[in-house]
Amino acid sequence: MKSANDAGPPRAAPVLSMRGVTKRYATGTLANEAVDFEVRAGEIHALLGENGAGKSTLMHILYGLVAPDSGEIAIDGHPVTIADPADAIARGVGMVHQHFMLVPVLTVAENVVLGRELVGPAQVLDRAEAARRVRALSERLGFALAPEVRTEQLSVGQQQRVEILKSVYRGARILVLDEPTAVLTPQETREIFTVLRRLADEGAAIVFISHKLEEVLELADRITVIRRGKVVGEREPRETTADELAELMVGREVSLRVDRGRSRPAEVRLAVRGLRVAGDRGHEAVRSVDLDVRAGEIIGIAGVAGNGQEHLVECVVGLRAAASGTIHIDGRDVTKGSIRQRRDRGLAYVPADRQRAGLVLAFSVRDNLALTTYEDAPLAHGVGRLLRDRPVIDASARRLIERFDVRTSSPSVETGTLSGGNQQKVVVAREFRADLRLLVLDQPTRGLDVGSIEFIHRQVLAQRDAGTAILLVSAELDEILQLADRVAVMYRGSIVATLAAAEASRDRVGRLMATGAAA
Amino acid sequence: MIFARRLLGAWRVGAVPALSIVLALALAAVVIVLSSAFTTSGLDVLLPVRAYSSLLAGAFASETAIANTLVAAAPLVLGGLSVALAFKAGLFNIGVAGQFLAGAFAAAVTGASLAASPAPVAVAASLAAGGLAGGAVGFIPGYLKARTGAHEVVTTIMLNNAAALLLTWAVTDLVRAPGFTFPRTGDIGNALLPVIAGRNLHLGVVVALLAVPAIAFLLDRTTIGFEIRSVGANPVAARYAGMRPVLVTALTMTLSGVLGGLAGAIQMLGVIGFYAPGITASVGFDSIAVALVGRSDPVGVIFAALLFGAFRAGAPLMQIETSVPVEVIDIIQALVILLLAADVIVRRLFRIRRARGGLGEPATVTRSWSSPEVATVAAEPR
Repeated sequence: MKSANDAGPPRAAPVLSMRGVTKRYATGTLANEAVDFEVRAGEIHALLGENGAGKSTLMHILYGLVAPDSGEIAIDGHPVTIADPADAIARGVGMVHQHFMLVPVLTVAENVVLGRELVGPAQVLDRAEAARRVRALSERLGFALAPEVRTEQLSVGQQQRVEILKSVYRGARILVLDEPTAVLTPQETREIFTVLRRLADEGAAIVFISHKLEEVLELADRITVIRRGKVVGEREPRETTADELAELMVGREVSLRVDRGRSRPAEVRLAVRGLRVAGDRGHEAVRSVDLDVRAGEIIGIAGVAGNGQEHLVECVVGLRAAASGTIHIDGRDVTKGSIRQRRDRGLAYVPADRQRAGLVLAFSVRDNLALTTYEDAPLAHGVGRLLRDRPVIDASARRLIERFDVRTSSPSVETGTLSGGNQQKVVVAREFRADLRLLVLDQPTRGLDVGSIEFIHRQVLAQRDAGTAILLVSAELDEILQLADRVAVMYRGSIVATLAAAEASRDRVGRLMATGAAA
Repeated sequence: MIFARRLLGAWRVGAVPALSIVLALALAAVVIVLSSAFTTSGLDVLLPVRAYSSLLAGAFASETAIANTLVAAAPLVLGGLSVALAFKAGLFNIGVAGQFLAGAFAAAVTGASLAASPAPVAVAASLAAGGLAGGAVGFIPGYLKARTGAHEVVTTIMLNNAAALLLTWAVTDLVRAPGFTFPRTGDIGNALLPVIAGRNLHLGVVVALLAVPAIAFLLDRTTIGFEIRSVGANPVAARYAGMRPVLVTALTMTLSGVLGGLAGAIQMLGVIGFYAPGITASVGFDSIAVALVGRSDPVGVIFAALLFGAFRAGAPLMQIETSVPVEVIDIIQALVILLLAADVIVRRLFRIRRARGGLGEPATVTRSWSSPEVATVAAEPR
């Protein structure tokens, strides 16, 4: 006889439970307000929220990087205080950061044992034993990582596995992954999901931080949505939808798909012929690429990261020299032209890494909005346009802030204090200028929340409809499929296929990206 | 309200330098007390008080004292601006000493050859020659950094020695004036900077003060200044935006050298009078302290230069009255640099939060020599 109580598998007690966690930063920002959060063994629990919602703060508290103002943390039911990361590691908490913490010149095994080195007699490092243990662990998790390879030679996806290996090696039972898929290709994402599921099946408790709805729905057992520091809902994937989650996250209804409308391609704006570009290590990163981008259309370049997209883009905008071949903008040869000359021909560029290449974070929003146009009239005047016209610069900044809805209290605010989405809006506001003819976008929405993505996608389509030629490179296949009128797939430095939007199915493009061939 | 906020802002920027100076004075006081144990009078706990009050008196207690302070501060203003300007472009110019000597030498030689010309011509030409010579010395590390990525700290230090030795040779074998028992340049005659007040307050003080708004204007109001600040704050973003970090680097080091050369020129034409081997270039090292204490802000540089000028002007009286050697000033200055470079110590001690976005001179000072930014700038395609 079975009673109703033991009908299902017994629900495990939470391995980790956080109660009433509150954290207010010295700046006044209430990052976490009375947050309750728990994870059970064998569970993948997604923490979903926009950038700046407080996901990272909560996890930093768990990892001992940030001290909470109030609240309790219990591990295995026992209340604990976590003073620093070493403390967290000792209690079985592991963390895989978005930016990997690996030493590039060390091998996989060395990185994994770093801080817990195995030593033989006379304190000599026992490399062989380390390699053996790491190999065994790697095989148990199905990782296929060679312990003796230097980590700098690994792909991003493989490096992430080294990070996971490191945590597991140190005995992590609670594994936190901060936006692990942000840097991965679709294939790698699929693989990491398998890995995480396997770890959970072995009894690990996994916290998966993300702002991507589809992945969360696919992977998680439970989803906690956090908005402005507060938990606004907890759902199980089968009882919710992407639309509901988006609404919880943003606090209003958002449309996840912008309507692309019809494109009206006109004359060729960008013509690339037989372009070859050398990579940093002397190999050929771009191999004889031909590409046309017409006014009023968006060409999306799909490809697994590292197949030459970056080099192609850098060469088109003038950051990298061509080994051979030509680049024409509006019929004029700019192959040897400087970045400035190309910008003067109406080219604009949103680089992949806004903090490193797109913005001067220490500058005001106003100065960042003038970073590429500071030398043009009317922002500069006088002999040789040597003098900056500050009232005009300020007025122009205010106009752009208004038009692109940059959330800042004033143009004088330091750009580094803005959220990621607002920082990207500053870049977009600057680059989407009035006399734009050719727009090159590299990962235009990387790391942004749904609200900002929606906004930027609408702006991109508005530019296309206004007759701008747009070259879009993105690691998000969904972004390319959503925006591009034609999809070019890059594989090992070549464009292996160009498909019209209608023929570019996810499967087909994914296959081309992975193998370079359609079948 | 706005005034209060301004004041708070100024405190945020100025607190660490101000407290560093206080701390350096306190630490130097300990050294003074300890060193008194080795004198005939024995351990004297109150010696620092007497030493510092003599120092103060020597710097400010009379019109002459104040004039001495201003005269000592003038080359420090120019040298401090030189280092500060380089900091704004993310460069660490340790080469002020060499630029100073080159400027002093060129001014001395030009002054000597124009000694009989009308004073305005002689003065203007000699100052210009000093600036140009400093600029030429500044251009070399700028060019090397821009073209090859050679770190300016290494090249400027080496150039300091190279310049000093080369100029010693030049004054001994090339332009030695006849009729003196030791190698030196001729009298500068009409190129001597006119005294505008008191016994020795010369026109160079005005030159130094005019340079401050000029550099502030360059940085804040011109497109070149914008490029310098952009390249300094983020060379990668500057390049992506279409600027040329390579050119900006070479240009900034040249301008920085001009300022260092001018510092040498006014010191030569206003104080020293002739170039001889072994003339002191302590302004070079002091300028780094001035720029750090002034937080690379042109107006801040004035205050810092006045402070160190006062130290230099007051030190002799301190030595005469209390037998505390003038070298204590060097200890104070070195401690100030140390405390500012390791500002964490001061912040911990006085619980000061880091001001947001303040340009990181210490970051420039301590930046790794193989940082990716440096590599990127050097790797720019030709």
